[in-house]
Amino acid sequence: MTPQGAGKLKIYLGYAAGVGKTYQMLADAQELKRQGHDIVIGYFEPHGRADTIAKTEGMEFVPRRNVEYRGAFFEEMDTDEILVRHPEICVVDEFPHTNVPGSTRTKRWEDVMALLEAGIDVLTTMNIQHLESLNDQVWQISGVRVRETIPDWVVKQADQVVMVDVTPGALVNRLLRGVVYAPEKSQKALENFFQESTLGALRELAMRQTAHESESHHAEPQHVELNQPESRPVETPAASSAQPFYPTGRLERILILVTSDPSSAMVIRRAKRVADYLHADCMAVAIQRPTGGNRAPSEEREAIERHLNFARNLHIDSRLLDAEAAGDDPAKALVEFARVNGVTQLFLARPQGKGLLGMLRSNIEQRIVWLSRDMQVTIVADRTRG
Amino acid sequence: MTPVTRRRSPEELLLQVEAEEARDTRGRLKVFLGYASGVGKSFRMIDEGRRRAERGQDVVVGAVQFPVPQDLEAVRQKIEVIPLRTANGVSVIDVPAILKRHPGVCLVDGLAWDNPPGSPNAARWQDVRQLLEAGITVIASVNIQFIAELQTQVERITGKHVTQTVPQSFLFGADEIVVVDAPPEMCMDHSGRDSGQNLAGDTSRLARQLSELREIALLFAADVVDHQLEAYLKHNGIAGSFGTQERIMVCITPRTSAKAMIESGKRNADRFHGELFVAHVKQGNLSDADRAALDRNLELARQAGARIEILEGDDPIEAILEFAHERGVTQLFVGHGLESNWWHRWTGGPVGRLIRGAQGIDVRVFPQ
Repeated sequence: MTPQGAGKLKIYLGYAAGVGKTYQMLADAQELKRQGHDIVIGYFEPHGRADTIAKTEGMEFVPRRNVEYRGAFFEEMDTDEILVRHPEICVVDEFPHTNVPGSTRTKRWEDVMALLEAGIDVLTTMNIQHLESLNDQVWQISGVRVRETIPDWVVKQADQVVMVDVTPGALVNRLLRGVVYAPEKSQKALENFFQESTLGALRELAMRQTAHESESHHAEPQHVELNQPESRPVETPAASSAQPFYPTGRLERILILVTSDPSSAMVIRRAKRVADYLHADCMAVAIQRPTGGNRAPSEEREAIERHLNFARNLHIDSRLLDAEAAGDDPAKALVEFARVNGVTQLFLARPQGKGLLGMLRSNIEQRIVWLSRDMQVTIVADRTRG
Repeated sequence: MTPVTRRRSPEELLLQVEAEEARDTRGRLKVFLGYASGVGKSFRMIDEGRRRAERGQDVVVGAVQFPVPQDLEAVRQKIEVIPLRTANGVSVIDVPAILKRHPGVCLVDGLAWDNPPGSPNAARWQDVRQLLEAGITVIASVNIQFIAELQTQVERITGKHVTQTVPQSFLFGADEIVVVDAPPEMCMDHSGRDSGQNLAGDTSRLARQLSELREIALLFAADVVDHQLEAYLKHNGIAGSFGTQERIMVCITPRTSAKAMIESGKRNADRFHGELFVAHVKQGNLSDADRAALDRNLELARQAGARIEILEGDDPIEAILEFAHERGVTQLFVGHGLESNWWHRWTGGPVGRLIRGAQGIDVRVFPQ
């Protein structure tokens, strides 16, 4: 939730274009205006939908700003102007939008953060497929790699997440009637995101996520003590509903091994999602492969740095283990790091490649798992299509 | 919170698919599901009726909750109403009149209402079933608090016992279910004064109760959707799973330190509102000590509320993977083999084989 003094964020969450997020948001905006609140529209994407456009009637708009990029003009939300106008509430459509290069901030969610910091309440819209931690799963479900994502911690800032639901059948009908997109675009949409099974799966994800966000506002985190000493006798008490099944105790701590391999992004997303659900700490480290006098190739170092930055953007404490300190045995250095930091779970990528080559490539991972037999080790699946 | 549904076996699914095919002549059931009064279930229901009427469908109102808000009253004027009958001072749907009128679509509010004793159907949802059987499509609304199987959960939250309920299976049989969601604050005026809810207490407690009910409604709807999705995939001969619901499978043997694994599995399943399986692959010639150890482990699984699966197969790894893929498992928990240096014997070790075979599934290896 947002800090004291900051504005409150409300997200209308859907699972596809055309479910009615913007419509619902504007209906609420009209109601707030009727109640006497000072509310403006900071950004609205009409998509040529008459019903939705009608809902903006009588609302105050803060004009968009023209941004020039490579000789063309693009319209973006004028955050500075909104800050000057300083309404009580601001309506901002399409939360995951990426601003055109040259804008003050890269992402619209960063603009929204600026409004919230200034004490302005914000109503905004997004679809579940834009949530960073679900990116691989969405790819697996729909075959679409969503590029515009919002880190989970940003969504967690919301005071309210409301699910806007319609059935996939009704949505497909809207699409066929041309309510959502123009005809050519509709046809294309029907071929990927708008398949009924894809819509159903995304819808289920949205429902579960909304339940999770709702729960995180009222549930106290429960902790479970793992790795109990083996000497402790196995308890088989008579089932008692009054007692929680698991004892409360130590917090779980997840450590992600980041490498130069592209699968690192997948491991980071999944580990962070599991950590968030378990209320566990989450950290990430990368180790340079043994130098043996030779520096690792620069592409490798750059890839590692990129992945560590990706993790940092998701609010994961991330660091590069000093290759020198790691000496000849980076795997050992990593496992020692894990032990010193009270790590309970390691997250690794599935070893890539097959046969001897794959085995050689995953040499460090192999050794890590071998050395960390006193910890839980999760080998994250490749969530690929098919 | 335990999940309200279990993933079905292929046999059960087949039966369901057959039932669906046999249902072609039946009317379709669409349900608007909300978690409290005031979320806007009735509004959505009537609004859909209006839009269908405007598109030329033959829509009537069979029952709406009173009082109807003013803006809805205007909409309702445009749709034909078949008045409720009064029997023993209780309002009931006029089923014979609706059957005689035989509209294309009938709107029915308050699915959980009981009919007075002596009525042909004991409850309103049974009236609806009768309309569906007659080929009339029904659009209904229901409050999650009145679903029979959720009573224990709901009662724990609200402290209120509800006698008039709808069975969960009736809603799982719906063709379409829509969750009507709104922030708890929006329902507070309503719930505070609504004698049917009686969510007493101070504001923050009420907000918390509503928030918990909301979560139940969302998860219930997600389970229904998961169910429909699964039937759809089976129906269309599509193998695999979308992994939208987390399913955790803990593999145990007599020698595994099952306690930590099951605890962790239970915690993951609870936090993700997923499902927990504890599986054991049957082995011949267990020693008495092993047999006793296995029984203790299975008892732990039972306490955790896990679904216990005893698998059979000459090759345990095959058996585990087959089950995991068939049931859409997303996380597989296994013990680090005691004696086998599995990681070094990557191609041959059992856990290594499991990891290689577990396409699309996270594998978590536990210390032993």
